[in-house]
Amino acid sequence: MDWLTTVDHKKIGILYLISGGFFFLVGGLEAIMIRIQLWQPENHFVSADTYNELLTMHGTTMIFLAAMPMIFALMNAIVPLQIGARDVAFPFVNAIGFWTFFAGGVLLNVSWFTGGAPDAGWTSYVPLATDAFNGGNVHGVDYYVVGLQIAGIGTLVGGINFLATIINMRAPGMSFMRLPLFTWTAFITSALILFAFPALTVGLVALMFDRLFHANFFEVSNGGNAVLWEHIFWIFGHPEVYILILPAFGVISEVVSTFSRKRLFGYSSMVFATVLIGFLAFMVWAHHMFTTGLGPVANSLFSIATMLIAVPTGIKIFNWLFTLWGGSIRFTTANLFAVGFIPTFVMGGVTGVMLASAPADYQYHDTYFVVAHFHYVIVGGLILGLFSGLHYWWPKMFGRMLNETLGKLTFWFFFLGFHLTFFVQHFLGLMGMPRRVWTYLDGLGFDDLNMISTVGAFLMGLGTIFFLINIVTSAAKPRDAADDPWEDGRTLEWTIPSPAPEYNFAQTPLVRGYDAYWKEKMEGKNAMTPAEPLGPIHMPSPSILPLILSIGLFIGGLGFMYHHTIVGIIGLLITFGCLFTRSLIDDHGFHIEPDELHDKGVKA
Amino acid sequence: MSAHSHADGQWPHEPEKATLEGRNKVLGFWLFLGAETVLFGTLFSAFLALRHQVGEGNPTPNELFELPMVAAATVILLVSSLTSVFAVQAMHLNKVKPMLIWLLVTIVLGLGFLGLEIYEFTNYVKEGHKFTTSAFSSSFYTLVGFHGAHVAFGVLWIGLLIMQIAFKKGLTVTTASKVYVAGIYWHFIDVVWVFIFTVVYLMGKVG
Repeated sequence: MDWLTTVDHKKIGILYLISGGFFFLVGGLEAIMIRIQLWQPENHFVSADTYNELLTMHGTTMIFLAAMPMIFALMNAIVPLQIGARDVAFPFVNAIGFWTFFAGGVLLNVSWFTGGAPDAGWTSYVPLATDAFNGGNVHGVDYYVVGLQIAGIGTLVGGINFLATIINMRAPGMSFMRLPLFTWTAFITSALILFAFPALTVGLVALMFDRLFHANFFEVSNGGNAVLWEHIFWIFGHPEVYILILPAFGVISEVVSTFSRKRLFGYSSMVFATVLIGFLAFMVWAHHMFTTGLGPVANSLFSIATMLIAVPTGIKIFNWLFTLWGGSIRFTTANLFAVGFIPTFVMGGVTGVMLASAPADYQYHDTYFVVAHFHYVIVGGLILGLFSGLHYWWPKMFGRMLNETLGKLTFWFFFLGFHLTFFVQHFLGLMGMPRRVWTYLDGLGFDDLNMISTVGAFLMGLGTIFFLINIVTSAAKPRDAADDPWEDGRTLEWTIPSPAPEYNFAQTPLVRGYDAYWKEKMEGKNAMTPAEPLGPIHMPSPSILPLILSIGLFIGGLGFMYHHTIVGIIGLLITFGCLFTRSLIDDHGFHIEPDELHDKGVKA
Repeated sequence: MSAHSHADGQWPHEPEKATLEGRNKVLGFWLFLGAETVLFGTLFSAFLALRHQVGEGNPTPNELFELPMVAAATVILLVSSLTSVFAVQAMHLNKVKPMLIWLLVTIVLGLGFLGLEIYEFTNYVKEGHKFTTSAFSSSFYTLVGFHGAHVAFGVLWIGLLIMQIAFKKGLTVTTASKVYVAGIYWHFIDVVWVFIFTVVYLMGKVG
């Protein structure tokens, strides 16, 4: 019950982690089924229709229901701690963000049991996604449209929450140029969410109107325009890539610097590069559309703009290398993932520049080369970054250390499995194997490489299982992690107990420089100077409304999807009723008095 | 500081920003309007891409739009922005009654605008300009209708706010930030309407 009503950002972080992790396993199973289907030519493990559903749901689940929530998990758990805040700006809205994401995610997956999942690809290109192409799967794409709409609300309000938190709630002395890099990347990621997700909302609304109410946005016979969908989707979809990768950059910056026992090399250039990447993310969407026929001028401009992103990314890569250079490096699991990330992400970046060359893209387009590229970026970038961050901050989130041996097994199985899976796909693509197709003929030279790829996928699955074992065994141990378990913590989250107490900081710390805790350590102190006297701490009260509100949206979505308008309206009334109730009831919160400041907070 | 002077019984200079909660709310709402800008921007783009796709035999924008009525709606909405400024000014001076009256005037004007829009839409449908007629009609009703829905939501919101302040909570630093935020929202939908008037109606008449 406690978990259903919580508005504590650290608990919401854990909720995001559990549900994001669950969807990661679902998406992973879908991936394994895709790889089983492709392990040999003309295989009949799944039908072509099922393959389309698996492919669509794998992409959609991994991006929206696994990667984003796990990023939000780390951001929720860590960002307020890193800036010395007691809480986020809008704790109640934060809970709404989680529950709407969860409702949307569940709704999407309900489709498996009600006559077919979405099957138009995660990009849901029209006219494939219009109801003319439904076949026997009448409501598949409706689930995509409505589920993502509901989940998108959660992401958007989450982004606004982090922006307001980072702007308004920093501890005294925590200027922007002293923000830890993870917080910086969380900040830019939130800004990208703010400006990218509404475009997706409009695209989904337009597609929903086409499908449910016979509008003509994409209905070419009535003057609609299919390329319009591509533009709207990618003006969201390209920034989305950076929404995913920037927090991973932040994690790597923290981990590399901690385990090299060195200040992050080129801090201000890292900040600058982060902001620049965020800006360029919006300028390059049409590089997904080189073969759509926008013409040579558009293609050249978007080609050049895309290649420009390599510059700030290169700055980041070299700064990490220079941070490692000459450091006294400790290869903990977290750092192994971080160090493994660097060359892997470089490889993904290099194929990115290859794809950015418009003429060459005509060759690569819709082949496995593209599949290899974006998996190098998203799995080799984001997921390695997430694993690194999880191993690094696990003690702070749960008060328990993860086992290093199991952690290293996780790393090696996942890392080698990953390269085995996706490295060969570059060559499959260059040889002409198309993506999104459920099987291939014998004798085209694809057989061996596909077999290797499938073996790799199983190794990645094994790596994930080691991680699960690690979680389970650590959960059985006592909560005894030290405040600063890596002993080289540099930022504010390591100055408070593990797990962080409900109120985060008994006294708001006074920040006197970049790497605030490290600075104090170097001056021989073992704690931060407080910026205020010890006093009662005001906390927001828990509330069940966010959960009910999301259930309302869930019911409403299902109702409209199946043309039961009354059910739909009842759902929306539940949602609005929750908002109304919230505005009528005064939330005075409660106070924690100084003599109660001992209990540890999160118990998971 | 200003929160302290409020405790002494003095009304702060900027009551909406007197507490951290209020400051968060105002900032968060500006950010939300950033998202709304992208939302309407995308709707405008879709409309601009599809506005010539009228379809054979259907009324063109030039035949359809009646500028005098749209101009009247524009004037009503612009005036309502002014009255909402008066309400926020009264709130700054801690004058509850004038504030409530100005808020009431604002939503009455908002309702007038909505009435005109509903009348306009029903007229169009009679002339064969339905939601499903063409790509132009779908994008027209979606863009203008989204704006109308925002006006309707604003009317509901400010209406509830009036009741809350008048009958339950009175004007405090907490409700002050709600009034202020509702004011920003109302200006925002006004600004969006100026763009709709230009891009949809004026360009529809000329281009």
